[in-house]
Amino acid sequence: MTPGLDNHRNRHSIPVYAAAILIVFGSGRATAQLDEAIYNYLKFERFEYEGNANIHLFKWDVEGWTGSDYNKLWVKSEGDYVFDQDIFGRADLQLLYSRNIATFWDAQIGVRRAFEPERTFDSVIGIQGLAPYFFETEAAMFISENGNVLGRFKLAYELLLTQRLIAQPRVEINVSADDIENRGVKAGITEFEAGLRLRYEIVREFAPYIGFDYVEEQSLLEHKHTVRAVAGFRAWF
Amino acid sequence: MKKRQVAAFCFALLSALSAQAGTYDLVVGKKAVNLTGRERTSLVVNGSMPAPTLRWREGEEVTLRVTNRLGEPTSIHWHGIVLPYDMDGVPGISFPGIPPGETFTYRFKLGQSGTYWYHGHSAMQEQLGLMGAIIIEPAKGEIQTYDRDYTVILSDWSDENPHRVLSKLKKQSDYYNFQKRTVFDFFRDLSGKGVKETMADRLAWGEMRMDPTDIADVTGYTYTFLVNGQSPEANWTALFKPGERIRLRFINGAAMTHFDVKIPGLKMRVIQADGQNVEPVEVDEFRIAVAETYDVLVEPRENRAYAVFAEAMDRSGYAGATLAPRRGMRAEVPALRPRPLVTLAEMGAAHGMNHGSAAMNHSPEEETGANGHEGHDMAGMDHASMPEMNHSMSPHAGHEGHAMADHGEEPAGTAHRVLTYADLKSATKHADWREPDREIVLRLTGTMNRYIWSINGKKYSEAEPIRLKYGERVRFTYINETMMNHPLHLHGMWQDLDNGKGPFNPRKHVVNVKPGETVHVDVPADAPGEWAFHCHLVYHMETGMFRKIIVEYPDTAAKKGA
Repeated sequence: MTPGLDNHRNRHSIPVYAAAILIVFGSGRATAQLDEAIYNYLKFERFEYEGNANIHLFKWDVEGWTGSDYNKLWVKSEGDYVFDQDIFGRADLQLLYSRNIATFWDAQIGVRRAFEPERTFDSVIGIQGLAPYFFETEAAMFISENGNVLGRFKLAYELLLTQRLIAQPRVEINVSADDIENRGVKAGITEFEAGLRLRYEIVREFAPYIGFDYVEEQSLLEHKHTVRAVAGFRAWF
Repeated sequence: MKKRQVAAFCFALLSALSAQAGTYDLVVGKKAVNLTGRERTSLVVNGSMPAPTLRWREGEEVTLRVTNRLGEPTSIHWHGIVLPYDMDGVPGISFPGIPPGETFTYRFKLGQSGTYWYHGHSAMQEQLGLMGAIIIEPAKGEIQTYDRDYTVILSDWSDENPHRVLSKLKKQSDYYNFQKRTVFDFFRDLSGKGVKETMADRLAWGEMRMDPTDIADVTGYTYTFLVNGQSPEANWTALFKPGERIRLRFINGAAMTHFDVKIPGLKMRVIQADGQNVEPVEVDEFRIAVAETYDVLVEPRENRAYAVFAEAMDRSGYAGATLAPRRGMRAEVPALRPRPLVTLAEMGAAHGMNHGSAAMNHSPEEETGANGHEGHDMAGMDHASMPEMNHSMSPHAGHEGHAMADHGEEPAGTAHRVLTYADLKSATKHADWREPDREIVLRLTGTMNRYIWSINGKKYSEAEPIRLKYGERVRFTYINETMMNHPLHLHGMWQDLDNGKGPFNPRKHVVNVKPGETVHVDVPADAPGEWAFHCHLVYHMETGMFRKIIVEYPDTAAKKGA
């Protein structure tokens, strides 16, 4: 243990992302306690091929953070790329300040840049953590520069078949508060995705998986539901 | 042993005997070691890991010149030794640490005897092998007689750098646990224990977001468990002639691992705990928490090898050695027992605690007074059928219950006796024993999921020091609200563990507090200065389960105030 001399820390900083970087990377203290150490984390939660007879996608769900126990800077990116059409169906990048607000929960606030299907800047407010009974939970609200309000809710659970073979049921729901004509978005649930991934942890940090997703999409133009097979890997470091 | 060490050792011994004021030169450096099949760098003192055993004599004034040959700061803490606070070796509290290339001279007079140890107190260096034994001969000679005297240092070696281990725990706290309950265990429990009990169990753990298989944070997945720096394959061997009496000085120098120690075929007579003589107790097995020491006497009568078997508490591996009449002999090594589970009873479900919350409040009845053991004595719950074990007032009981239950393989009628804290009785009456002047409640808190460990919901960096007045006697009440064991180490002063023996309560430097347990210790604040107090599990200490304790003279206390 190498304790510093200054035992006071700023626990009540204003959570604006402009200040986040300052908070995360310390306020110029010479000696940091190890219990306030900064860690860096990057996780490829989903990095996969997804498809069936009609559709072939590459999908990613990547997130990472840097920070201490209470204050972190998160980066998240989700999206898919349709091979046969050579287009990105959906792609975004979020930059969030994350604050530990309860034992198992972080509140997050920040910005999102959506690249596809339309280029917008959204503000993001959300919550992420571990709900009782070990449900990994993530909920976020996006308010676009045009005033549209969108939401995303993710829930995942892990079932150990063996110490390394793990089944992960997972649900993701995307919602919109209003119709967004120019994006073809219909108010309500715009996308519902439920799936099961079976991964094998060769080491904790790297696990190839297979599985399937049931996807239901609702837009102003159409309503479709598909079942897709997935194969990919989960990795973190 | 290398020639140089032998020479240094002889020199040390000679100077100690002749002058009663030994000067010891200790050089902290690095050395390549291969303990697992891969070459790694270990920290060494005078070229050796573990560090050379220091043999001192009670009353001696020792001078220790510690030179740092590392590229980073280091420090040496003399664990269990009563000394001036600026000689205690904790960077940031007792002194600034020893910068690379520099020498720090420790000097203190020994007013005690027994088995102790020394280790690094900087940047988790004890995990890298920076630790060794201290043996202090009593001025009046040993109470016990024995023919041979061996030091058995247990430790946990990882090929991974400790900072990397901690980083993994921060990102996935169950990273090293490969003994979790699976879907199939769930179905097995459904058919074995019934739907109601199984569901109640799973829901209770799920509600707390804790895992009952979480016995050790860091396991045999990365650890190779060592005896005196040697893996079970290398088989460290202590020689004896049948009929001789052997003193084994067990020191748990591990960073994270509690061990359950047994020598099949031999009764162990426990004569010392944490360097203090106790009323001898004969046992078959004892648990040694991280940083504790136990001295035992054994008398092997047969002309054969005996296995010294130290199972990691989570059964993910073992440290092994051999007692043998000749070199090269090996005894049959016992099988690892099944890993235990933390029970809901141990987690103190009855206490209505909000588990897992970093900022939890405990119900007031937990702040018990002088004799408030009853509500927390879990012993009765699973031990009713084991009359041979005396578990009344036993703060050490809960896990031994599992150990006992695992002993199905023992021959019927063989009482397998496991040491508990209730068995420990000081061999001498403490002259300073009296009722404590006041009580300080220290709740051991934390979140396994985020790998944050704290006291009263606050990490070291967030907390004010604990202030004691010189001369007062303070009762520390430890309430473990987590599901891990926490071996609490107080620097500079003793913890008189209240196990109902009054002036004969055992005097310890490390007191292990089990999941959900409440333990009382009395601390005589007889050492002015600034001291460290922490969980001795190195990754718990580094993530916040640590406090500075300031013992002030009454006049200075008035000045400082807040």
